[in-house]
Amino acid sequence: MTDTDRQHQLDTAELIDETAVNAAVTADLPPDNPAQAGGESRSQWGDVWRQFRSHKGAMVALLLFIGVILFVSVGPLIWTIDPTYVDIRARNSGFSVAHPLGTDQLGRDLLARLMSGGRVSIAVGLTAMVLAITLGSFIGVMSGYFRRLDAPLMRMTELFLALPLLPLLLLMVTLFREPLSQTFGAATGIFLLIVSAIGATSWMQSARIVRGEVLGLKEREFILAAKSIGTPPASMIVRHILPNVLSPIMVAATLGIATAIITESALSFLGLGFPPDFPTWGRLLFDAVDQMVLYPWRVILPGLFISLTVLCVNYIGDGLRDAMDPRIRGR
Amino acid sequence: MLSFTIRRLLLAIPTLLFISLVIFLLLEASPGDPLGDVPLTVPPEVKERMREALGLGQAWYIRYVLWLKQFFWVEPLHWFDQVFGTSYSAGMQRIISFQSRSPVFDVIAQRLPQTLTVVGMSYVVGVLIAIPIGIISAYKQYSWFDQLGTFVSMVGFSMPTFFTGVVLIIIFGVKLQWFPSIYDTTHVVRDWDSFLYQVKQMVMPVTVLALYNAAQISRFMRASMLDNLGQDYVRTARAKGLGERTVVMKHVLRNSLIPVVTVIALGLPAVFGGAIITEQVFKVNGLGQLLISAIHANDIPMVLTLTFIFAILIVLFTLIADIVYGVLDPRIRYD
Repeated sequence: MTDTDRQHQLDTAELIDETAVNAAVTADLPPDNPAQAGGESRSQWGDVWRQFRSHKGAMVALLLFIGVILFVSVGPLIWTIDPTYVDIRARNSGFSVAHPLGTDQLGRDLLARLMSGGRVSIAVGLTAMVLAITLGSFIGVMSGYFRRLDAPLMRMTELFLALPLLPLLLLMVTLFREPLSQTFGAATGIFLLIVSAIGATSWMQSARIVRGEVLGLKEREFILAAKSIGTPPASMIVRHILPNVLSPIMVAATLGIATAIITESALSFLGLGFPPDFPTWGRLLFDAVDQMVLYPWRVILPGLFISLTVLCVNYIGDGLRDAMDPRIRGR
Repeated sequence: MLSFTIRRLLLAIPTLLFISLVIFLLLEASPGDPLGDVPLTVPPEVKERMREALGLGQAWYIRYVLWLKQFFWVEPLHWFDQVFGTSYSAGMQRIISFQSRSPVFDVIAQRLPQTLTVVGMSYVVGVLIAIPIGIISAYKQYSWFDQLGTFVSMVGFSMPTFFTGVVLIIIFGVKLQWFPSIYDTTHVVRDWDSFLYQVKQMVMPVTVLALYNAAQISRFMRASMLDNLGQDYVRTARAKGLGERTVVMKHVLRNSLIPVVTVIALGLPAVFGGAIITEQVFKVNGLGQLLISAIHANDIPMVLTLTFIFAILIVLFTLIADIVYGVLDPRIRYD
């Protein structure tokens, strides 16, 4: 809610301008088709985007985040050194033309490692978020829409909220890493494990938010109208409920990416994340801590990338929340 | 209010039982073997007897109930005996750690002071920083102070503690050499100099955790102040000629603190969890470090007990937050 009030002021100014322009129109009889009354028609998402653009911090963050995404996705196509290639003669080298960000204790290129590490970190963040949001919205919609499911599902949510999450995550990852990496291979196994562990422990907030929204939505007339023409529950949820709870879900999703990235790097930092030949930002930081006195940059760079990405995502979430909240948008 | 409190207390019992069952079953499903480190030269029948001695021979539900009995009956009795010199718990088996072969609660009691001084201190410092920042930010909304405060709290919120900790170590521990980078837990405060050393070694871990907590709490404080500053009673207070100081510090602040107090209470158990990472960074051998080493060593009783204690803290502080909210704001009572 950082710039709430400033936006409110902007909106009021805008509204005054618009009404001033349309004064002649509104003086006449109401138009036959209200959607085209004000000239060009505006879609909901167009409005959200227009509002989002006025949030300066969020726009800068969005550009930076796109930059980070490009860095980890397109970067390896330009900087083609293999991140696991060991060049022992070039180990511990500083910033140079051959290795712009230096090399680590085994002579692996740090720039390439940062790119591939970021790929994994962001992939973990996105996948875990999708999992958590899907689970959370499903449980939220179920418990908000079907009164009989409400009490048991919310009890379950409260139970999950009372679980000590970080210790449990540590426990799950330590206990199941061996069997899973044997079944699915080292990288895939750990990826599945970490993503599902983070997803399974972070759906509760979004479930609560979605439930609250659905409960409010159920009292509205259009739901009553849809019900009275005999819409079955399934299409009711898909056609009428879900599109209307999309905005809180999107805000929760954005903030979920940030938490998932931090959790993954925390696990890696405790030495319980991905294996060393499969770097993530957290793992790179963890590996560099032993030699931070001699080579501080190796610690700072991955840490900076984690912080920058999370900061961007948080700002984007903030901007989205401001843009999507109808009370702030003044419509 | 009393019936609400009693109802919530009763509801906490099945919650805690369920959580303990989840943790127990998770540990039970794990493929790890506490006897994995025993040399292969040890014959199988001896290994079997070692397993029996560790109490691993029975079915899981028997062990679960036994653990519950030890946790909720034997340990309290033991503490009772310790305090009053009685001997009710004589001959009863306490929860024993696989690693150190000593009672789990004795180890926890050794580690608790370190965690409490660092974590508790950082939370207090964090709250003390956050509340004034929140007040000023809200009162002078959109001033440079507010903009800066919002940005700093956003950054503080986004930087993981293991990164801020390491950066502080590099700057103040390595380059400037102001503070020691490793927390020395064997240090005893005897005189002024040793007290100064204790303060010095606490500065960095406390700063890291305090910044992280302050970032979150100051945002809540600001939002809550903003909600209240626009209320009618504030206009009334100003209209009847009260000084600005009285209006803000007495009327608005008191009402804004109500939700913030609950946020502070709710955040406290999470701080214990977050301290796991900070303790690892600064090598503080507190509860978090104990948990991690126990997980690595497959020390099931220790992991179970510690995780369960974290769960108790969460349930307890949620309860406290709800009750405090009801006491402070009679409009919100759950009847």
